Formats: sequence, C-alpha cells, structure tokens
Amino acid sequence: MPVRRLIVLAILTVLACVLFLTWGARGDMGFVLQFRGGKLLSLLTVAAAIALSTMLFQTVTGNRILTPSIMGFDALFLLIQTALVWTLGGSRFAGLDPMWKFAAESLVMMAAALALFGTLLGRGRTDLNRMILTGVVLGIGLRSLTALLQRLIDPNEFAVVQSASFARFNRLEQDGLLAALCIVGLCALAVWRMRETLDVVELGRERSIGLGVDHDRIVIKILLIVAALVSVSTALAGPAVFVGLLVVSLTRAILPSHRHAILLPCATLIAALLLVLGQTLFERVLSMQSTLSVAIEFLGGLVFLFLIMRSRRS
Amino acid sequence: MISVQNLSYVTAGKRILDDLSLDIAPGQVTALIGPNGAGKSTLLALMARLLRPDNGRITLDGLDVHRTATADIAKRLAILRQEQAPLGRLTVRDLVAFGRFPHHRGRPTAEDHLKIDTALDQLALSDLAGRFVDTLSGGQKQRVLIAMVLCQNTDVVLLDEPLNNLDPAQVRVVMDAVDHMARDLGKTVIVVLHDLNHAARHATRVIALKHGRLFAEGPAGSVLAETPLSQLYETAFDVLTHNARPMVVAR
Repeated sequence: MPVRRLIVLAILTVLACVLFLTWGARGDMGFVLQFRGGKLLSLLTVAAAIALSTMLFQTVTGNRILTPSIMGFDALFLLIQTALVWTLGGSRFAGLDPMWKFAAESLVMMAAALALFGTLLGRGRTDLNRMILTGVVLGIGLRSLTALLQRLIDPNEFAVVQSASFARFNRLEQDGLLAALCIVGLCALAVWRMRETLDVVELGRERSIGLGVDHDRIVIKILLIVAALVSVSTALAGPAVFVGLLVVSLTRAILPSHRHAILLPCATLIAALLLVLGQTLFERVLSMQSTLSVAIEFLGGLVFLFLIMRSRRS
Repeated sequence: MISVQNLSYVTAGKRILDDLSLDIAPGQVTALIGPNGAGKSTLLALMARLLRPDNGRITLDGLDVHRTATADIAKRLAILRQEQAPLGRLTVRDLVAFGRFPHHRGRPTAEDHLKIDTALDQLALSDLAGRFVDTLSGGQKQRVLIAMVLCQNTDVVLLDEPLNNLDPAQVRVVMDAVDHMARDLGKTVIVVLHDLNHAARHATRVIALKHGRLFAEGPAGSVLAETPLSQLYETAFDVLTHNARPMVVAR
C-alpha cells in the first residue's frame, strides 16, 4: 500500500518534470532543454535538501512542528555568507571558485550548527517550549547580527549579499550546482544507510539507548547532515522558512508510516512535485506575475499555525 | 550477573547515590524498594547506561556497561522506564517489533517475527496487534512495553515501577509476565516496586535503598519484616503471614 502510493508519487513527479521541460518550448529544443534542465536540476536538488533536512530534524527532536528554518539554521548560513563578504570584500567573494566556496561554507555551517544546537538538542528535547523559544531568539539574534554586518559593508557589497537573502525559485543559483548535487547525494546516501536506526531514534533517547543505538552520536551525525543540507538549499534558493514544514506535514498526511525507508523518499518526491509543478504554473500560466516562494510560504505558514493550534488543544 | 561497585551519582548538587556496592543474584526476581528519593530509579538508569556515574562502575558478566558498545549491551540487558516521550502513529505490533532491533539491526528474519508473535501472545495482546498505540489505555500500553522487553530476549531485565496506575487485573498480567521471565526463561529481573506486597508475592530477593545507600539486602522474608521496614520508611508496619508469604500492612 505505501509502496503503491510512493510509485504514484514518483510517476507524478516525472510527469511534472517533463511538463516543466517542454511546456511552451519554442525554437531550438536543444537550447531550451539545456536551459530548463539546469533549472530543473537545481529545483530537484533544493527539494531533496529541504525534504530530507526537515524530516531528519523532526526525527531527532521528536517533534512535528519544528524545522531547521524555524530554529534559525538558514539565518546562521546567511550570517556566515555575510561575514565572508565582510572579510573578503564583494569582488573577491564573487570571484571565489564556486565549488570551493560552497564546500567551505558548508563546513563552517556544520561546525557552527554543532556548537549552537548540539547541546540544545541533546538535553533540551523534552522541553519543547524552551526549544522553540531558544530557536526563535537565536534566529532573531543571528538575523540582527547579519543586518549589522550588512550595514557595515559598502553598498556594492551589500548588493552581493542581498541577492542571497531572499527565497527565489525563479532564478536559482547554478554556479555551485555540481557541488550542491554532490553534497545532497552524499547526505542522502548516509541517511539511507541509517534508515532503520532512524526509526528507533524517533522513539526517544532512553528507548533508543535501551535498543542499542548510540543516541548521542547519531544526534550529532544527523545535526551535521541537516546543517550541510540547509546550506545547500539556502545557497541555491535562499531562506525559505515554511516549505519544509509544508512538505513534511503533507507527507505524514498522505503516508501515515513510521518507517523512514518510506517517509524519506515520499517527502523528497512531494517536495519535488510541489516545487516543479508550482514553478511551472508560475512561469507559464501566471507568467511570473507572482512568486512561488510567497505562495508556498503562505501555505506553509498556515500549516504551522494549524499544527500549533492543534497541539494546544490536545 | 550484575555487580555494582562503589557507585556514586550527583545531580544538581544533590548526592543521589553514595558509594553503593551490591551484587544481583542471577536468574531471580529482585525487588528494589525504598522511600521516594532513595535512588532506586537512578540506580536502574545507571545500570542501563542511560546515565553516567560520577564514580564507581557497574559490570554485567564482567563487562563494564559504560565502556562496552551500547549495541552489545542491548543484547544482554533491557529496560522499561516511566518515559514520557510520546509514541507516534505506531501499531502495537510495530512497537513490540522494535524489541528485536538489537538482534537484527533493521532486517527482521522469520525467527524475529515468531518471537514477536510469542511476546504478543504472552501479554494477551494478539487481538490488539493492529491497534495504534496512542489509542490504548494506560494498562494496555504498559503491557505492550512489557511485551517489547520480552521480545528483546535479554538475560537481564530492568523494570522501573511497571505497575504504576494499573488496575488489579492488569497488575496480574504484568506480574505473571515477570514471573514467567525469571522462572521459565531463567532471566535476571530487577524491578522497582512501591507496593511491598507485590514485592513479597513475586520477588525472591529484596534490596532496600535509603538516602542513596544500601539499607538492607536479602531473601524477601528477611527484609520484609517489621523492624527493617519500620526503620526504612520511618513509619510503623505490621507484617502478617498469608499463604506462607509475608503481607505488609501499614499500622
């Protein structure tokens, strides 16, 4: 049953991709496919990064409302980027080899995430209120720090930073696409190899230790993977706070399963379907009159409010 | 066999366990009793490596539980705690099946499925196997967790207040399972109990803790007597005899 739904989802996703590549294509097909293909690949990479990072984060926090973005992970990434521009200068920043820049940023991001969130997730997971509060405060702190740095740099360099600070599915960065693909691929492989262990981790710290899972080490590992994935999605598409939540909530509604072997591919497919279909719609039907990120963030925000209301009632 | 040596544990400036040393007899039910705050649950959590001791060590068949790979310990020792972490949308069978995880690490065999069925049967859960755990009553949920522990099929089983909030019929099912583990399967069961009569009825040996130290230890009949109990809880008890077992009544 879950497998059949997974197959249907996969077929729908492939159809959406074909639609995205061919709808309204005129002129030299080779050029169109190359142009749109790059864009499609970035969309899919972002979709996988968002879906996997959110699902993993919820597993490790044992919580259905929190996402890495709500906890300020992407704010952390923006701070790192701004700090880079601030220290290197805009032109040298833009001149960096995208591959190396990306790898370095991801590494710094992973170290910083571990330092900031490592202790919080280990001990604080039972106290949801404290986690949300800390996350929100941390997010505000990181964003304010970013704003301060942006004020300190000169206007030209600010333009470089600014283009990275908004969610944008219309013009995804394609410079670091190869690096991004590698990172997401490696993360997905690592996650897939511990899919059964993740089922146990979801039972909580004490139960998973009782079942022979080295919980503290797994939490650190997942945190590192989440940080790497968030740096990919933020670098390619900018910060998007509620997309992940929308995707994961849809996944849990469509496929009520506890097995990560089902949940993870399902979430990835739903994210891909949502982004590719949405982008096709906004580009071809609404002819860029509106932005996909706004629509998705609006929906995701509603889901967030709904989840909060529901958890208050129960 | 479990051996505790010079164990100390301090949290928030309070000494919960103070240089505690004791051995647990193998193949029997041992009840852990004592007033609230005596350190019973902490001792169990330390034995199950959920907490790290500040001093001393705990060995299981000669292996230091805090230095041996946690996956290896999970094949020898299982614990049931009063844990609040919610269990998502899992069916009874799914949850019980997790008990086999230490043995198959995610790839269950036919033998694992057989063990799961046996455990469900033992706790009278076969009819509930397809139900979601979050729709069960407290007693049913506790039985599911006991079945999971049974499924894990370890030599040592630690149970932290497994009878909390259970009605007498549920208590019977749970304690029958406890007896079954020790008597028929030869497991070492250590169970924290607040009701002294349950200890009298089911435990072979009793360990009494007070202020984080060993207060008394021995066969159930010798510890569950008027003098040691009155000193342990600082309140008066009468100990009667019922069906050749001690029966404790608060005076």
